[in-house]
Amino acid sequence: MTDLMKALEAPERDFPELHPGDTVRVHVRIVEGNRERIQVFNGVVIRLRRGGNEANFTVRRIASHGIGVERTFLLRSPRIEKIEVLRHAKVRRAQLYYMRERRGKSARLKERRV
Amino acid sequence: MKGIIGKKVGMTQIFSEDGQAIPVTVIQAGPCYVTQIRTEEKDGYAAVQLGFEELPPKRNGSSRLTKPKRGHLKRGNLDLPDLRYLREFRVKEVDVEEGQRLTADVFETGDRIDVIGTSKGRGFAGTVKRHNFNRQKKTHGQSDRERAPGSIGSTSTPGRVLKGTRMAGRMGGERVTVQNLEVVVVDADKNLLAVRGSVPGSKGGILLIKESRKNRRER
Repeated sequence: MTDLMKALEAPERDFPELHPGDTVRVHVRIVEGNRERIQVFNGVVIRLRRGGNEANFTVRRIASHGIGVERTFLLRSPRIEKIEVLRHAKVRRAQLYYMRERRGKSARLKERRV
Repeated sequence: MKGIIGKKVGMTQIFSEDGQAIPVTVIQAGPCYVTQIRTEEKDGYAAVQLGFEELPPKRNGSSRLTKPKRGHLKRGNLDLPDLRYLREFRVKEVDVEEGQRLTADVFETGDRIDVIGTSKGRGFAGTVKRHNFNRQKKTHGQSDRERAPGSIGSTSTPGRVLKGTRMAGRMGGERVTVQNLEVVVVDADKNLLAVRGSVPGSKGGILLIKESRKNRRER
């Protein structure tokens, strides 16, 4: 019976492996009327959720005037054009919700080179 | 005939061509067999009886069905496999014959359907869950009244509780129809049907799938 669920699963996308704390650039396809354009969302991955078609990840960035903006993307969505990983960071938990309370200097993450 | 018996597998979401995520319920639909045709003359009403879920024989080779049920499936020149569920669908016109096999492709993508199932049993439920009553105050001197129903009537006139007053009681576990759902995926080889939105009952529950009453023609 679960095979029927598997049958509807979208193919896995060819993205680099993501980890919490990674700084990423997400290229999203946006449809406006009948025009299509690519928007880039730049920020830190604070959450990853597995689960087939429902797999998603949340990216947090600091927009103008120091306002935090979070956006959740569906990992297998055909609207995601490309994901670039710019930087890995040393983090000690899977969900980086504490980043929401941090401002300025304390919101930095130590880089992990691989 | 646009009707089939199925089993709820679970929910997921799929992506449409333009990238929209669509919430769908996955149904294992059919294969079903036409086990009997009820006619106006003989039975007083017109309907098609379908059977669903072939049963493998027991380890000692004997059937899992009772003899009367087996006799119903293997009568005259009808020789159907053992079927666990038999359900009837009322029809106006009979366009199938006894013994015919029906698969998920009686429906096509974009069809509007009604799905009938048995809702999940909630046991003895209070008025907040069962009738969407409001909760009372948690504070301001209240105690033990948070989910109480409140007044159920007046005093000596009429001096009784009106019939039909909504109170706590058994909830769920009853036949529920969800109308006008959209068929999103049909795969007859896999006996798969995916329907936009949710469907009553738990996973593994039996569902009757019919053409929609409200929206028979496609728009």
